[in-house]
Amino acid sequence: MTTRVLLNLVHPIFEKSWANQAMLEAIQDLSYVHVNDLYEEYPDFFVDIQREQKLLLDHSLIIFQHPFYWYSSPSLLKEWQDLVLAEGFAYGKGGYQLAGRYWLNAITAGAAKESYTPHGFNHFSTTELLRPFEQTADFCGMKFVEPFVMYEAETISHRAVEKEAQRYRDYVESLAHSLDLFSDINEEEAS
Amino acid sequence: MEEAGFLYQAFVFLAAAVIGVSIAKHVGLGSVLGYLIAGIIIGPFALGLVGHDVDDIMHFAEFGVVMMLFLIGLELQPKKLWNMRMPILGLGGLQVLVTTLLLMLLSLAFEMHWKMALAIGMILALSSTAIVLQTLTEKDLLRTDAGKSAFAVLLFQDMAVIPMLTLLPLLATLPVETSVSVGHTELEEWQQATLVFAVISGIILTGRYLIRPLFNWIARTGLREIFIATSLLLVLSITIAMEKIGISPALGAFLAGVVLAESEYRHELEVGLVTFKSLLLGLFFITVGASINFEILMQSPWVILLLMTALIVIKLLVLMLLARQFKMSLIENFVFSFALAQGGEFAFVLFIFAVQNGVLTDEIVSLLTVVVALSMALTPVLLIICQKIIVPKLSFGKERREFDNVDDGDTPVIVAGYGRFGQIVSRILRSQGFDTTLLEYDAVQIDLVKKFGTKAYYGDVTNEEVLRVAGADVAKMIVIAVGNQEKSLKVIELCRKHFPHLKIYSRAKGRREAFEQKKAGADFVMRETLGSAVILGREALMGLGYRKYQAHRTATAFYHYDSQHLEDLAEVWGDKQYVLKAAERAEMLEEVLKADQRGSKAMRQAWNSPVTYEEEESEDSTTEDSSVEKKEIDNKGSQESL
Repeated sequence: MTTRVLLNLVHPIFEKSWANQAMLEAIQDLSYVHVNDLYEEYPDFFVDIQREQKLLLDHSLIIFQHPFYWYSSPSLLKEWQDLVLAEGFAYGKGGYQLAGRYWLNAITAGAAKESYTPHGFNHFSTTELLRPFEQTADFCGMKFVEPFVMYEAETISHRAVEKEAQRYRDYVESLAHSLDLFSDINEEEAS
Repeated sequence: MEEAGFLYQAFVFLAAAVIGVSIAKHVGLGSVLGYLIAGIIIGPFALGLVGHDVDDIMHFAEFGVVMMLFLIGLELQPKKLWNMRMPILGLGGLQVLVTTLLLMLLSLAFEMHWKMALAIGMILALSSTAIVLQTLTEKDLLRTDAGKSAFAVLLFQDMAVIPMLTLLPLLATLPVETSVSVGHTELEEWQQATLVFAVISGIILTGRYLIRPLFNWIARTGLREIFIATSLLLVLSITIAMEKIGISPALGAFLAGVVLAESEYRHELEVGLVTFKSLLLGLFFITVGASINFEILMQSPWVILLLMTALIVIKLLVLMLLARQFKMSLIENFVFSFALAQGGEFAFVLFIFAVQNGVLTDEIVSLLTVVVALSMALTPVLLIICQKIIVPKLSFGKERREFDNVDDGDTPVIVAGYGRFGQIVSRILRSQGFDTTLLEYDAVQIDLVKKFGTKAYYGDVTNEEVLRVAGADVAKMIVIAVGNQEKSLKVIELCRKHFPHLKIYSRAKGRREAFEQKKAGADFVMRETLGSAVILGREALMGLGYRKYQAHRTATAFYHYDSQHLEDLAEVWGDKQYVLKAAERAEMLEEVLKADQRGSKAMRQAWNSPVTYEEEESEDSTTEDSSVEKKEIDNKGSQESL
């Protein structure tokens, strides 16, 4: 069956990230999820623009799963944005081809949730810090959905990580159903 | 035959060279042996195609040896030559001295006059510059320690010819009609010495101060053939001048080469002369083959074979002993000694000279000439035996024991072929803690890397047993870095058959080889020049003014698409449609590269139209309609900004 959810996994040292591995494991067996491991595909940052654009077009919910490096993402995702979300595709003349699709950031953060508050040492909430992504999605006509955040990803117990990973799976599943990702397929089948 | 003249002769020699050398090369014997055999076949004692003026032709062809020395000189800056003074004087001097003495003793055993014995000893102590250097160059051994030492010895021998020519007339014991000497006999000895000194200084000074403006002037004519003619003229003048004063022309030409080694015309000279040199040298080898007197050989085959064996064995022993004294490794010792264990072309000249001066009899000389010619012809064969049989045995016996102990066959990666290519692969793997077992078939290479503290094992990777001992049963991967397609294919097939669990990563020369290796079952094939060519292309773009990132991106794009095309085309490889598809792909690649001018427009326009975003904010942007609108608005925005 066609996959409806694209998981763009962005982690330069995925092999050492227990949290990200657990998250991936938790959702990769969902039949409608297609995993696209960016650092594995483009170790030299030579992003295949056409391939990536086609992947986006083929899916409705795009997940960007990545660690929250410097309140943002690993650099390859920025390179990916600069290249793939190009004029004539994501915006501009002949663009806006992603309009109506959903954008989800699923991030792992090292610090605790309390630190992402005005009085915490990170001062801003993850929602605020993720604004550049939110705005990017919006600029392209995509809908930015509530991010998934796993806090204290490096310090909590393995058990807790598993639990968080399960929460991630539940969230993706609920999104998949509530966002009505399969409606156009059904329509196509009907017609 | 006689009246047919020059063209006919040229035809015979060229045909012999082309047929003889191409066959010899294909069966792995090297060009020298090919020339020699061709010479024997067309010579007066087999087909008799060359008439009896072989000696004249040989004398002419010796000019090739002169040119070779000139070209070698060109590659050797005076400083490097100075650094070689120890091996030249020490190793070379001792070789000539000890060999002369031993050969003299042997001759005395035949109840000869000591003067005759000394003359024979001296003449036979010399080796063949032409054969040794050509063979070593062809086998790429001239740059090794063994090759350099051999060259040093040959250089000393060339110098030693001068005193020999002076000494020989003094050794006369037989009555002579007219005493012949080289050069200006009417001169006193001190005059002769002054003349030699003057001519040599002349060469050096001319080379330093006159040649450069001369070549500069000639080069400005823009006529290549005149430049080449000038180069030939230069070497020819040196040869004539040297012959006049009785010094080996080869030595003089070598000296002139060294003087010119630092001039900016060095490469032009090399390019201009190298073809002439090779052809003349080939001609020289043919004449050596043709001049082997089989009549004498047939008359007393056993005597000649015995003498030749004695000559080779004595020279070998002296050389090996000296090499040991000069601390050469065992393998290099063997290469060095086997290379130099023969008589040389100087012997031909000196023998004639000795007869003319009443030093030796015709009888002895014609016998020994055959011995020398045979020993020369045998040199390439001896070197092949040395490289293919003796050296492998030497290193195998030595390495094998350690092999079993040290590695236990437990490393995850086997690297087959530890040349420049394999070294890089292996160093990268080792930097990440993966032990590699290194297999190499070239003993000299093993010796070389040992000096840098790396241990490579001698072994033929196309042998299943060798792979097994190297741990192919437990290893995860084999990296095939040998630069030989036949061998690579053999190893791939062997691994697929006996060690199917091994991942095979292999090096290929070009596309064709890569396809073949893929087909044979390699997991990953890398064309050996692709990476470096891509990097050079990238640097070239930078050199043409590209910003580095764009150059990098274009080169990387080429690499990725070209690799992808290789994968795709592998399927149609060998079909008729291959050429068509390949051309199609090549065109496509260029289109892609042209199109990939990242962000040329996109970046500018994105920030030129913030208005569109503001207007969009309020709208529902999910429907098809709204996105169409968006496009229109965005267009307006960017047009306004233009």
